[in-house]
Amino acid sequence: MQTLVAYVENKPGVLNRVSSLARRLAINIDSLTVGPTENEAIARMTIVAHTDEKGAHRLEASLEKLVDVRLAENVSGRALLERDLALIKVSADQQNRPHLMELIKVFRARVVDVAPESLIIEVSGAVEKIDGLLEVLRPFGVLEMARSGRISMTRGGDLLRPPVSAPSSELASAGSNLK
Amino acid sequence: MKLTGAEILCESLTRLGVKEIFGYPGGAILPVYDALGKSKLHHILVRHEQGATHMADGYARASGGVGVAMATSGPGATNMVTGIATAMLDSSPVVCITGQVSSKVLGSDAFQEIDITGITMPITKHNVVVSRAEDIARTIREAFIIASSGRPGPVLVDITKDAQQASAEFDWEASAPQLPPKRQRSNHDQAEFVRAVELLNSAKRPLILAGHGIMVSGAMHAFEQFVRAGNYPVAMTLLGIGCFPASDPLNLGMMGMHGEAWVNNAIQEADLLIAVGMRFDDRVTGDLRTYAKSARKIHIEIDRAEINKNVKVDAALVGDAREVLEKLTPHIVTRDHGAWIRHIAGLKGDSAVRDIQSLPDTGHLYAAHVINDLWKETHGEAIVVTDVGQHQMWEAQYYHHNRPRTLITSGGLGTMGFALPAAIGVKFAKPDAEVWVVVGDGGFQMTMSELATIVQEKINIKIAIINNGFLGMVRQWQEFFYDKRYVATPLVAPDFAALANAFGIRGERITKRAEVVPVIRSARESTETVLIDFRVEQEDSVYPMVAAGASLSDMIRRPDSPLVETATEP
Repeated sequence: MQTLVAYVENKPGVLNRVSSLARRLAINIDSLTVGPTENEAIARMTIVAHTDEKGAHRLEASLEKLVDVRLAENVSGRALLERDLALIKVSADQQNRPHLMELIKVFRARVVDVAPESLIIEVSGAVEKIDGLLEVLRPFGVLEMARSGRISMTRGGDLLRPPVSAPSSELASAGSNLK
Repeated sequence: MKLTGAEILCESLTRLGVKEIFGYPGGAILPVYDALGKSKLHHILVRHEQGATHMADGYARASGGVGVAMATSGPGATNMVTGIATAMLDSSPVVCITGQVSSKVLGSDAFQEIDITGITMPITKHNVVVSRAEDIARTIREAFIIASSGRPGPVLVDITKDAQQASAEFDWEASAPQLPPKRQRSNHDQAEFVRAVELLNSAKRPLILAGHGIMVSGAMHAFEQFVRAGNYPVAMTLLGIGCFPASDPLNLGMMGMHGEAWVNNAIQEADLLIAVGMRFDDRVTGDLRTYAKSARKIHIEIDRAEINKNVKVDAALVGDAREVLEKLTPHIVTRDHGAWIRHIAGLKGDSAVRDIQSLPDTGHLYAAHVINDLWKETHGEAIVVTDVGQHQMWEAQYYHHNRPRTLITSGGLGTMGFALPAAIGVKFAKPDAEVWVVVGDGGFQMTMSELATIVQEKINIKIAIINNGFLGMVRQWQEFFYDKRYVATPLVAPDFAALANAFGIRGERITKRAEVVPVIRSARESTETVLIDFRVEQEDSVYPMVAAGASLSDMIRRPDSPLVETATEP
């Protein structure tokens, strides 16, 4: 599994270009999240892909060839903070509810909806933590589940900023047949 | 100044230096055609939109500039798909402009509505829908930049009919390109550069693999300096042909599936491969597990995505070929490769005796004779536009190109039907050049309707049909790998000379070797288009051949030699 971060134009059709590229390269995407950044013109993607280092290099380099991608970087193997958010609806009756609450506490999850027959649990964190909670909840009966997909950020001074400078002046005269 | 979107489009194209547009009108692009009529742009009416894209592609390849194709929405746009893909696979800068239904009915399955940007997303470098007149000038300028910069490629601009009809303020200065800023990667990694220099100066058996990128980057001079500095033998990819003179003793010829035996053997024996502007295509490498096992590899390439894609390299120099070569050349100190070059020359002897040119005249007309004679008669100075198949490989083997952009051919996609329309585009890019189409009887029948375009435009192109009555390359595979079961490859064709006459073009039919030179001379003397139907040997094959997926060392050689190996299933 390889993790890539990309800064893309925040406009319609860009997600399609990115996913279409992965399809063309025969790379299966495990999760892809996209959301706006502090700069409203730019969106940030975290792409988790079923591929090896070679495939990730090709995906990264091919992504950067897309006009609407400002930067793409394979961050696998770097010091990463990774977060996934899950909402899990689990069946809960009067008998097993205390036991459930204990588990939820251990996993630092929280209950966000309570109904007579079920609870919705919200948990965020590393993928392994959510997978772990899911595993222990399974015997209670998982009724429904939604996951956000992973978002990742390199730690500390390892900054990944989108390029925002204006296009270089040579571009203004480029592309003409008047050479 | 207020102009309609259609007028803005024509004005923008004019300001970008466009002279010709290859296209076909229709409802959703009619406002543009109305404006075209009032502009100085010359519109070439094609007979099929695929032809328009190949013409724009041929124009781009011959001129080094951007070719422009135009079509209406729906079927007009979808007919362009093959031509766009052809340009994409060969990194050719083509801008395709399509009409689109009015933005008010977009998404309603209106008459002749098709999602052409969706369809062409994976086969364009970029594409875009424009639905406001005020965005047209900027978008077209951006399209030209994208198409021609970096690794070039096709860009499609889909303009809704209401955007063509609406009026907007036309201000060229204010409509400057606004492409998203890109991360600037430092192209020249110093460690890779140092490693490359070490490899160059320690190699005993170096060999250059020269590709299309040299032409695209305009690096011919820098490349020659580099070759001379290191005294390196040079092998060419199909699209690299012309970037270095065939007459130069260091030019070995074409590599790969139908490369000359000495070239492929040299690749397999080399201790250093210097790949410049090429991408280690499977037609070039054969089986990757056995490819150039004893060679270290340097890859000079503008597209990072090509690095280590097919072949793992020891030093990758990402950047424009000319810039990288200019930086490398001063560091070359080792140039004594005489023994290696003499060794490669020794490998040629065996091939010469197998050459069809060396075989006694059996009274049969071989395609190789035609192309060899064409080369001699045109002194290697013509621009030759080939289609795809056997004749394409024979042309690459027997027409020796000394100048860049004089072989125009569909390499990556291998598009049959490319030659005739592409040659029309070439002729518009180089009106004074002698342009020859070399095409098979199969491919010619795919796009021969463009003969009418030639007549309507009154242009002078020479057409040599290498007619063997088969889809020759497929037949060859059937002969080698399917026990001569010629399924769907025997091909009925019209009398091409009579067909030419029907279009108002002079047609000739040639069946004997002695007739080849006179007909070529007579065709060259004519100031009009001439079509020559060369009836060649029906079941000749292209040799040598590396079967698909086989090792470059396992070449099928021309029979009637004790050294010939038996064919193996690919």
